[in-house]
Amino acid sequence: MKILVCIKQVPDMESRFKVDSAGTWYDTTELVWRMNEYDEYGVEQAVQLKEQTGGDLTVLCIGPDRVKETMKKALAMGCDRGAHVNDPDYATRDPFEIGAIIAEYASDKGFDVIFTGMQSQDRGSAQVGVLVSELLGIPAVTTIVDFVLEGSTVNVKRELEGGIKAKVSVTLPALFTCQLGLNTPRYPTLPNIMKAKKKELLSIPVQDLLKVAFRLETVSMQLPEKKGGGLVLEGDAGELADKLITILKEKTGVLAK
Amino acid sequence: MKALLIAESREGKVLGSCSELVAFAQKAGSDSVMFMVGTDSNLPAYDGTIYLADAAKYGEYNPAVHKQLILDVVTKEKPDMIVFSHSSYGWDLAPRVAFALEAAQFSEVADIVDGDPVVPACNSKLRRRLKAKSTVKVLTLQAGAFSLAEPITASPNVEKIDTDTAGKVTFLGYEEAPKGGVDLGKAAIIVSAGRGVGGKDNIPMVAALAKALGGEYGASRPVVDAEWVEHARQVGTTGQTVSPKLYVACGISGAIQHLAGMKKSEFIVAINTDKDAPIGEVADVLVVADVKQFLPALTERLQAG
Ligand SMILES: Cc1cc2nc3c(=O)[nH]c(=O)nc-3n(C[C@H](O)[C@H](O)[C@H](O)COP(=O)(O)OP(=O)(O)OC[C@H]3O[C@@H](n4cnc5c(N)ncnc54)[C@H](O)[C@@H]3O)c2cc1C
Repeated sequence: MKILVCIKQVPDMESRFKVDSAGTWYDTTELVWRMNEYDEYGVEQAVQLKEQTGGDLTVLCIGPDRVKETMKKALAMGCDRGAHVNDPDYATRDPFEIGAIIAEYASDKGFDVIFTGMQSQDRGSAQVGVLVSELLGIPAVTTIVDFVLEGSTVNVKRELEGGIKAKVSVTLPALFTCQLGLNTPRYPTLPNIMKAKKKELLSIPVQDLLKVAFRLETVSMQLPEKKGGGLVLEGDAGELADKLITILKEKTGVLAK
Repeated sequence: MKALLIAESREGKVLGSCSELVAFAQKAGSDSVMFMVGTDSNLPAYDGTIYLADAAKYGEYNPAVHKQLILDVVTKEKPDMIVFSHSSYGWDLAPRVAFALEAAQFSEVADIVDGDPVVPACNSKLRRRLKAKSTVKVLTLQAGAFSLAEPITASPNVEKIDTDTAGKVTFLGYEEAPKGGVDLGKAAIIVSAGRGVGGKDNIPMVAALAKALGGEYGASRPVVDAEWVEHARQVGTTGQTVSPKLYVACGISGAIQHLAGMKKSEFIVAINTDKDAPIGEVADVLVVADVKQFLPALTERLQAG
């Protein structure tokens, strides 16, 4: 069984974001980077599937050199090799270009299963996985919270609104986009981190794989205007608690005066 | 301009977000027609033509079949925009339709500014204004971003449609959300734990505050996924929708899917170390503090009366 998992490196969402000088993306200079949360579930599912089938697992990531750090985590979690698509301009690419790069990479490799996150935490387009499947002409099931392989059939649960799930089955090859809570992503152990250093991490220039033109461009990126205008309280915990109790007494009926 | 609005129905029932599609078309100043796979005994309120494929024939959601049905309507109507809700149906189907039409897709559109769609980035801490290269555009709309000033009462004019496409994905059935446990809908006060509470060991701290206030405790999704708290207590799109008198969000960033479940609360207090956390947008009071220090201090004072 040949498995591919696609991951993205994203900034920590608790960062204080600034707009870059071009005004079309966030400033990347002082950010802490990590694996897109949705992709952690993808990597875990891919590693479990590899363990179940004795398969071969490749992790792919598009981005500048720094994304190799995130790829090393995926290798330490159990991926066999990394394919780093070296692309300093990855942030300007639209979902169609990203999907086309991945599909071009995968086109001659005969993957039975491809995992992606259901979306990235920074862009949140939720398009790339589905576009890859359409480009490769294989079925895709999105937003999965359960994955069971039986023979060449996969039974999955798709998460719908309100906690309802749709049970669907699909015959491989197929692509799956992973939702939060699909499994419990493992923490890489120290021996596995050491082993991961010796695993193959191939770099491919993006020019070798990018053969389409973009369809979407960012005109501008902005911080949202503050509409909320709620009260912001700062200071010592005890004083804050006193202040909040006073406010709750004045503004709500939930505390006796 | 003409928009094709993709309405949703599940097990024969129209989903509520259909009116948001109509509200969007109004705001964009666009004519529209509608599409739905459903039944003619349960149609959305709409003043126009709906292309209806019979759910009794096609069953529940099947990506390849629904895609083909939509493409047939596109050929006939030649819309400039195809508009979905950003839902488990919309984000699954929209990229397939966009791909077939070589169209650009705007995901989770929250607004239209000077004709350009605006979408969130980085958990709504940033916004992006986008432009498409293609003439036909596909959009998915953020839940709750567009709403009608006046509810529609009209019934649509129905045109039946058909296809013989088959899909490769087989629908086997639905699984209901686990039942039982607490009913957050009845609580007048809810104190919710987010990932920022730091661990399962700190849940009692949140429960203690809920108790001191005479309410129930809830949670954000990661807290439920990590099994610190049971699913019945999850607030948000894939959990409960609540509107208590007081909602206290402890270490919750305010992702759109969480906000969808609690933003109608009468009074919202957020406790967060990050002053920029998007929960600040809906909070009446944002307490910038570490929950581990602030919660015990607050509970102690409330207990002291
Ligand atoms: C289809 C879909 C459906 C979803 N459904 C839901 C849903 O129903 N409900 C839901 O909640 N989410 C849902 N989500 C997930 C949602 O997008 C967010 O990932 C989630 O709400 C984040 O939870 P959180 O705020 O607890 O965690 P985070 O986003 O990680 O935020 C943690 C917050 O805690 C703060 N913090 C950290 N340490 C401290 C401290 N010591 N003291 C105080 N504050 C601290 C941080 O500043 C941060 O703001 C869904 C996602 C998708 C894609």
